[in-house]
Amino acid sequence: MTIAWAEFTPWHSLAGGLLIGLAASVLLLANGKIAGISGILGNILQRSGAEPWRLAFVAGLLLSPLVLLPVLSQLQPSALVTPQFSIADLLRLLAGGFLVGLGTRMANGCTSGHGVCGLARLSPRSLAAVLTFMLAGFVTVFLWRESFGLPL
Amino acid sequence: MKSALSALGAGLLFGAGLLVSGMANPAKVIGFLDLGGHWDPSLALVMASAIAVSWLGVRFAARRTECPVEEGPANTGITRQLLGGSVLFGIGWGITGFCPGPAVAALGLGFWPAAIVVLGMVAGLWVGKPKTGAAAGPATATG
Repeated sequence: MTIAWAEFTPWHSLAGGLLIGLAASVLLLANGKIAGISGILGNILQRSGAEPWRLAFVAGLLLSPLVLLPVLSQLQPSALVTPQFSIADLLRLLAGGFLVGLGTRMANGCTSGHGVCGLARLSPRSLAAVLTFMLAGFVTVFLWRESFGLPL
Repeated sequence: MKSALSALGAGLLFGAGLLVSGMANPAKVIGFLDLGGHWDPSLALVMASAIAVSWLGVRFAARRTECPVEEGPANTGITRQLLGGSVLFGIGWGITGFCPGPAVAALGLGFWPAAIVVLGMVAGLWVGKPKTGAAAGPATATG
């Protein structure tokens, strides 16, 4: 293992994390809700769960690039330099997305619900989930790189 | 209405955090997951910072009673479903570089691969939905 110092962006990471933590706190304090994206999306899919606060949160998430676009090239240029995918990657993106949806639904949470909110609530269940999906992610990228080269 | 406004604000802030940290770029996430190769620790710092601020929010919310947290983990045990689901999620995360939040934010960025991931993700969320239809009461999914 080598550290990718050239790619490492500590200040942007800390600042971005701060904003994410603020977002989770706002939702918790003003709405009494957990900022778990997979849970919010999953509930919207069920008619009974499509409450205004969930739709509004997802709308904010979707619109945030639009709002930030004028300053984004200064704030974080790499956010705009997205990697090149080709049509050949279509199946991988679709299958990967499916696994993300199914897995987070089974586990009742993803990087935000378990990773940020769950760990902030010191939930042992969330810690177990985070360690598991991180390990699965590390192993997947390792095996993929050994077989076909880096996924991106 | 007020609850929708605060949720909209939280969504905007959340997306801003993902964009500023670079986490809406799947290559950056893969750089973190490539632990055995050329490792970019950025995502760990994003998480640490987000958890620290959320922890303060959780502490603050615990002292207030007028707005109790309605949603909590449905099941407090570490079940096979929790671990199995997390393994599946980790695999999907590893082969695409997208988890749910960044996929939605990158979709807003107009990045077409994110649209494909979101399509697959919605299908996965649908297939895995609780069988009881009415979910499991108010305490269902958190993530």
